[in-house]
Amino acid sequence: MENEVIHTEQLTKCFGSFTAVDHISFDVKHGEIFGFLGANGAGKTTAMRMLCGLSHPTSGKGNVAGFDIATQGEEIKKHIGYMSQKFSLYEDLKVWENLRLFGGIYGMTTKDIARKTDEMLEYLGFEAERNTFVSALPLGWKQKLAFSVSILHEPKVVFLDEPTGGVDPVTRRQFWELIYHAADRGITVFVTTHYMDEAEYCDRVSIMVDGRIEALDTPDSLKAKYHAETMNDVFQQLARKAVRQAD
Amino acid sequence: MKQFYSFIKKEFYQIFRDKRTLLILLVMPVILVILLGYAINTELNDVRIAVFDPSKDTETRHVIERFRASKYFSVIKELDTKSEINDVFKGGNMDMVIVFPENFSARLHKREANIQLIVDGTDPNQAYMLTGYAGGVLSSYQMELLERYDIPVQIQTETRMLYNPQAKSAYNFVPGVMGLILTLICAMMTSVSIVREKEMGTMEVLLASPMKPIQIILSKMAPYFVLSITTLVIILLLAVFVMGVPIRGSLFWLALSSVLFIIVALSLGLLISTLVDKQMSALLVSGIGLMMPVLVFSGLIFPIENIPWVLRWISDVIPARWYIAIVRKIMIEGVGVQFFIKELCIIVVMALVLITVAWKNFKVRLC
Repeated sequence: MENEVIHTEQLTKCFGSFTAVDHISFDVKHGEIFGFLGANGAGKTTAMRMLCGLSHPTSGKGNVAGFDIATQGEEIKKHIGYMSQKFSLYEDLKVWENLRLFGGIYGMTTKDIARKTDEMLEYLGFEAERNTFVSALPLGWKQKLAFSVSILHEPKVVFLDEPTGGVDPVTRRQFWELIYHAADRGITVFVTTHYMDEAEYCDRVSIMVDGRIEALDTPDSLKAKYHAETMNDVFQQLARKAVRQAD
Repeated sequence: MKQFYSFIKKEFYQIFRDKRTLLILLVMPVILVILLGYAINTELNDVRIAVFDPSKDTETRHVIERFRASKYFSVIKELDTKSEINDVFKGGNMDMVIVFPENFSARLHKREANIQLIVDGTDPNQAYMLTGYAGGVLSSYQMELLERYDIPVQIQTETRMLYNPQAKSAYNFVPGVMGLILTLICAMMTSVSIVREKEMGTMEVLLASPMKPIQIILSKMAPYFVLSITTLVIILLLAVFVMGVPIRGSLFWLALSSVLFIIVALSLGLLISTLVDKQMSALLVSGIGLMMPVLVFSGLIFPIENIPWVLRWISDVIPARWYIAIVRKIMIEGVGVQFFIKELCIIVVMALVLITVAWKNFKVRLC
């Protein structure tokens, strides 16, 4: 139990008569890269919003970073990072202003923000862009920056909602190197994606179909179990069972 | 507190970087006040009049002299025949013709004196004002006669312009512009700025952060609060020092009711932002839902008294209408709080209702 950063039991969310997330139970270990897969409308985003304290579960239990998701949402928010599907930095602010803003929002001291900003820009090789408006950066850079901002305050776990949508394969590869780097530092990564090659990069993968978790294991074990060559085949076999229409 | 401060700083940065919008917000009120003050001038100046005077006695001469002496009128022609009256109007270079009867002086002593004022009715408002002014000139002459001959006054045509003896149009629209600008900045800009965060996806990130929703909302409102106060001061300075509109009543009540109205407008903006998801819809809703009614119903363009009663009911739910009424009473009439306590109470009630509804709606949308 000590080693678990995320723990859920029979977690459920209903909107009226519609059950978006249907009794899901899983654990994510410290420093793990956990892939959260599912077709559009399978309930991924709803599940993730509950884990981030953005949405109250209808029933079931859940813990994130040691706090109850039903009652301690505010505590959870201090210990997680979040990068949304839509690009989420302020385009009309400069790179360093974005860093200062989010550092400030997460209660970091001015000194810490300055130190982390230098470290991060150096690691990304973005020193020259410190005073550039975010709107002037290419999409791939923005996404890398957004990820770095989401872990600026050294959260216990970072939630990434389809972080690599719309970027080229080379940039995606670089993005995943950032994710590995973060996981090495002990930040647990919870990531949703539609790219099956990315699923292969994860330590463990869960696949959601119609609000339930249909499979959960390492990519290799899943491929063995479903007699598939790639994660894409595994996903196709499972997702085809879906009754629900994508939204 | 640090979070709050960081976020407010960001809001100010964003607003001051958007130079075009900022310019519009600060320059527009100035242009509006000057434009409405000078271009749309409803004051009378240099009214061109002609006189048809068949009696040509001392009394008619006195009346004509009266008109000549007035700074509003200039007598530019004396007509010899009645048929000329139509011609001067057709020529388009006459605003009014004064027609005296024959033997005016004799009729005057028999209490049968009458004077006909003929005006161009194509612009009824203008025509109405002309006769009003002319009536004023005539009645002051009558007063003079009274002293001289001790003749009892027959027709009392006193048209006194209450509070606005010179019918200065600036008096009328400065409060209107104040209501309009505050609605624009507080309601429209606030709603657009909150909805922008939703549209860009940054709102989700903010909600997943330790920032509390109330902090997000307050820091959104703070810059627009500052901006609207600034604009208000600009309008008032312009009004007092350039347009010569007085602030007759208490500055304290003017400030208090302005702050109350700003709160109403800010909550309206918040409410709109909870109802729509796109900046464009926020603009449309606040534009059509707020600006248009303010323009039409606030008494800025049409006097409220002239609006049909069904529409007047609608105008009653427009907060700006009550604010403008208060500002008029304070600035122009200079009356005490007891005369606008009803309007003030309505604004307070509106503020309470709007804050409650907007806040409830905002929270519901989060879950």
